[in-house]
Amino acid sequence: MSHLLLVLPLLIPLFGAILCLFFWYRPGAQKILSLLSQLGLVSAAVWLLLQVNSEEILTTQIGNWPAPFGITLVADLFGSLMVLSSSLVGLALLVYSLRGLDAPRQRFGYYPLLLMLQLGIGGACLTGDLFNLFVWFEVLLICCFVLISLGGTRAQLEGSIKYVTINILASSFLLMGIGVVYGILGTLNMAELAQLVRAPDTNTSLIPMAGMFFLVALGIKAAVFPLFFWLPASYHTPPIAISAFIGGLLTKVGVYALVRVFTLIFAIDLDRTLPLIMLISGLTMLIGVLGAAAQTDFRKILSFHIISQIGYMIMGLSLFTPLALAGTIFFIIHNILVKTNLFLISGVVAQRHKSFALPFLGGAYLLQPVLALLFVLSAFSLAGIPPFSGFWGKFMLAKGGFEAGQWLLVGTSLGVSLLTVFSMTKIWNEVFWKNKPQEEGAPSQARELPEESPAERRTRRLMYVPVLFLSGLIVCMGLYADPLISLSQRAAEQLLNSDVYINAVMYPPK
Amino acid sequence: MEIVLCFVIGILFSVGLYFILHRHFFKLILGLMILGLATNLFIFVIGRLTRGGSPIIGEEQEVALEPFADPVPQALLLTAIVIGFGIQAFAIVLIKRVYQTFGTTDLDDLDSTDQIHSPKPPAP
Repeated sequence: MSHLLLVLPLLIPLFGAILCLFFWYRPGAQKILSLLSQLGLVSAAVWLLLQVNSEEILTTQIGNWPAPFGITLVADLFGSLMVLSSSLVGLALLVYSLRGLDAPRQRFGYYPLLLMLQLGIGGACLTGDLFNLFVWFEVLLICCFVLISLGGTRAQLEGSIKYVTINILASSFLLMGIGVVYGILGTLNMAELAQLVRAPDTNTSLIPMAGMFFLVALGIKAAVFPLFFWLPASYHTPPIAISAFIGGLLTKVGVYALVRVFTLIFAIDLDRTLPLIMLISGLTMLIGVLGAAAQTDFRKILSFHIISQIGYMIMGLSLFTPLALAGTIFFIIHNILVKTNLFLISGVVAQRHKSFALPFLGGAYLLQPVLALLFVLSAFSLAGIPPFSGFWGKFMLAKGGFEAGQWLLVGTSLGVSLLTVFSMTKIWNEVFWKNKPQEEGAPSQARELPEESPAERRTRRLMYVPVLFLSGLIVCMGLYADPLISLSQRAAEQLLNSDVYINAVMYPPK
Repeated sequence: MEIVLCFVIGILFSVGLYFILHRHFFKLILGLMILGLATNLFIFVIGRLTRGGSPIIGEEQEVALEPFADPVPQALLLTAIVIGFGIQAFAIVLIKRVYQTFGTTDLDDLDSTDQIHSPKPPAP
């Protein structure tokens, strides 16, 4: 039974996408099919999480080849939490794009691509094989390439050429790292690698060097400090349904892979690697939030904040204590939901005001008070104001940092939180609070937006549904945080206690 | 043999990186291709070269006779070549499209998404 359970989060989007391709000329049918497969994916992810929660780690061998030879699929708590949160965000995005994306793009294979992208994310989170990880990354990358350039406007083409080039480079580094690991240890199965690395008679002097390949490659994909310049240049270019999904999820998959390989495989001789990661995390937070302060475009501010938040996730990895890693896991889940929600809110604002540029926006509070409330909620959550979800993640990270005695890093992270509030206040002032700016020479009534047509109003109502859904999840995560916190703590213990992982894969119960 | 290949790979990497850093679109394509080739060759060599022994198990044997070439890096290589082929094909089409849209072959002209001030919205 557990075999099927592990394959379902991959098979459902795959078959959904293939079925969608059969209905290429009928977007209506594609909508229904992709919505059904998305619902199936969510339920499969919930089921998987419940099963993993009760049975620790689930494994399956594709083709029934025993562990180090075949391709292994492994679901531990961290992986299945990632699958669940990505599928929830996928559901919200799908509902949003039913109305929020223009018809030509929908006709040109948007739905199958969205499902294939989730196939790639699910695969990357569930795989137990290093080369397989690379392959899943390529699956999700090529979907992203197409999604970012879908439609082919000038800005999109410009953004995608940067995105494609840097990601091909990152993939080369990842592939080289995998080659080096294979050259040193002679296997690619992550559990066997973990076993070999910890064995007393293995020569591990070159392992940290192989780890650096992964740090650079996955660091580019996760957009950490010196390697992030592609992100703010490309993420804001596609329509909001696409940038919300990519911005909300993709960098986090990079962080997931970083945490996975550095807790499982490169977890030895860390006394030089961890300070490096720590330095990177502090600078990532700081530079990201400072970059956001200079921007005047709603989506670009949010893009820079992605980078800043990545710093917090890496911070937990650099502290390498159970509490800090639990903070990282909680923070990743929280950030996937909140960041997507903020992007969606910017999309709803832009649907009414036809712009993302702060100088041309204004008065949204008067027009859309509910949306303003939802924005405040998500923004406070992003900044980590107590009752909301971001607080718990930052609290765990800061507590872990204090326990580890890293005062400077914790101080940086708290200062960055303050700057995040500043940045969110700027959006609030410019988009929601100030009056709509008047165009020069226009008559005074031009300040009012043109009346919405009934069709536009219906569109906007439907666009509220995913925002409300995600906001509800964020509020629940904040007010009723205990289940997720204890889940993250158990997931962190699983990550640090790799014997459980090794035994589950290498010596499965018959 | 391995030492020669090491130099070849090093040269390929440097040429690939140089072309990627170049401003011209065509050289960007070339750079991406050469970098992909260098990576593939790197994996092939780092999996250790064994000449003359194929990893085929004869009918009367239980295991393959030493020395035999490790088939795993070759399998990885094959997968990586196929993936690289697909991605390079996409990159070429993308670059052609960019050239058609912008009418330039200079990457330095593509800096509008990095600029802070966004253009004015279209009139409602």
